[in-house]
Amino acid sequence: MIKSRYLKVLLVSMLSGTAYAESVFVTLEKDNALGIVEPVEGKLIKTVPIGVRPRGIALSPDNKVLYIATSDENTIKMFDAETFKELGKLPSGDDPETFALNPKGDRMYVSNEDDSMVTVIDIARKKAVKQIKVGVEPEGITVSPDNSWVISASETTNMVHWIDTKTNAIADNTLVDPRPRAVMFTADSQQLWVTSEMAGTLTIIDAKTKQITKNINFAVQGVTPEKIQPVGIVIDKDRKRGYVALGPANRVAVVNAQTFEVERYLLVGQRVWNLAFSPDQKRLYTTNGISNDLSIIDLDSQTVTKSIGVGTYPWGVAVKP
Amino acid sequence: MNIVHYWRALWGIVWRELFRFVTQRERFVSALVRPLVWLFVFAAGFRAALGLAITPPYETYILYEVYITPGLCGMIQLFNGMQSSLSMVYDREMGSMRVLMVCPLPRWFLLFSKLLAGVGVSVLQVYVFLVIAWFYDIKAPWLGYAWVLPALLLSGLMLGALGLLLSSFIKQLENFAGVMNFVIFPMFFMSTALYPLWKMKESSAFLYDLAQYNPFSQAVELIRFALYGQLNQHALFYTLAAFIVFMAAAIIGYNPSKGMMVKKGGSG
Repeated sequence: MIKSRYLKVLLVSMLSGTAYAESVFVTLEKDNALGIVEPVEGKLIKTVPIGVRPRGIALSPDNKVLYIATSDENTIKMFDAETFKELGKLPSGDDPETFALNPKGDRMYVSNEDDSMVTVIDIARKKAVKQIKVGVEPEGITVSPDNSWVISASETTNMVHWIDTKTNAIADNTLVDPRPRAVMFTADSQQLWVTSEMAGTLTIIDAKTKQITKNINFAVQGVTPEKIQPVGIVIDKDRKRGYVALGPANRVAVVNAQTFEVERYLLVGQRVWNLAFSPDQKRLYTTNGISNDLSIIDLDSQTVTKSIGVGTYPWGVAVKP
Repeated sequence: MNIVHYWRALWGIVWRELFRFVTQRERFVSALVRPLVWLFVFAAGFRAALGLAITPPYETYILYEVYITPGLCGMIQLFNGMQSSLSMVYDREMGSMRVLMVCPLPRWFLLFSKLLAGVGVSVLQVYVFLVIAWFYDIKAPWLGYAWVLPALLLSGLMLGALGLLLSSFIKQLENFAGVMNFVIFPMFFMSTALYPLWKMKESSAFLYDLAQYNPFSQAVELIRFALYGQLNQHALFYTLAAFIVFMAAAIIGYNPSKGMMVKKGGSG
């Protein structure tokens, strides 16, 4: 087959220079590895053994250190983002799955699902400095871009907890729809978006009042409602659009962040779980847990351009410029 | 005879066919309605039935309506090819074929011109269909719409040649129903137009083999790959070979001394 896309890729690379130079890191839960994807050719470059059951993943603000929660080793490992050499371990508490870094990158907040705790880690000292009691089964966690709040969502308590970063104590709670999964602030820290897996909804909360301002339902033609299980969220920096992974509905919902209308649903692989933007926010990467691939969405044309096989149970995704 | 005569004859035949097509508005609409019904009704009903697998030329997951669009382009050309064969039989019954055949140009050229005229009409129909599909959010890369033109020309020629060949066998217009039952439907349903080969293999190895060797499948695959800016060489050569075989047989079929008309005792 003669593929014109190689010509296209060459042209795009020549015209845009480093526009495509990012690397996409995917944690592979069943392969105990990290998959490194090169998005220009859309190829899995290599797979690096990383630890048992890797799930949550994040890069330090300077993109030099890669943090990966290796759940069955009860730790969060630190790796050099270039060489993938292990740099150390953080005391995350039992079975870490999701965690969040503060904007400065010196504090980490980890959800400890089994203990109903959030562990606060001082990264420089590699020490847990506090454990905060939260609701039952904390899962989604995020830090506001202005570093005022840490949000922890408790799946069973159906609540998001507002933890003050200065005091490391819960300042407020907001009751949300059943089984909240992921939480994400808008870039201006004024809104908090929460997905509820069981209710199949997206809730928008005003960060000042801590009150719900909007509840968004999803409906995909030809997909039964019980398959619509919203999980991962990302919101673009201009707050034009947010993107929500709909789990077994195999779709990513495109939500207008001004009107809160669902503009379209993009078909990706099976059980789409987590999402990450490219550094220029022109592409979106999705991990598809059951079909074992990563889909690439072109955000200008709002189309899924490619799905690449990466390994067994891709879970988390992070992008290094 | 020089090139001007050839050109004049070709243009006359193509123009007559295009004029006939444009003036027959019902034919234009019905040619479009058929694939659109498949797209809007059939594809919507079977949306979830296809299952998930990425097969070339697709690089990600697609909805069923996206999958069957190239197949429906092929369907337009298949029906158009047969429609042309029907009009050949009609022309023969009405005597206008006799007028054409007495033209002092080689018979193969006249038949080829007739064929090309039919292909022109089918390509026009396919592009209108693709525009409607575009508004239904079935979008191919922009370059694909240009790449698909040569693919459509070849597939149209192959299916048109098949129509010509069949028309050399059909004595009367009434026999055309047989063509529908014995040619169009089996060709369409035993192809990759509606379901991918791997899906067919799951249910029947025999059907899989039939579909694989069906020239209509290869024409559909040629269109499918071209629409996504790729060349399927196997489909290209297969379609080309099928065109040469059908065309040669049709030329023989229309030869008054050797052809089927002699054997059938029809008027040529």
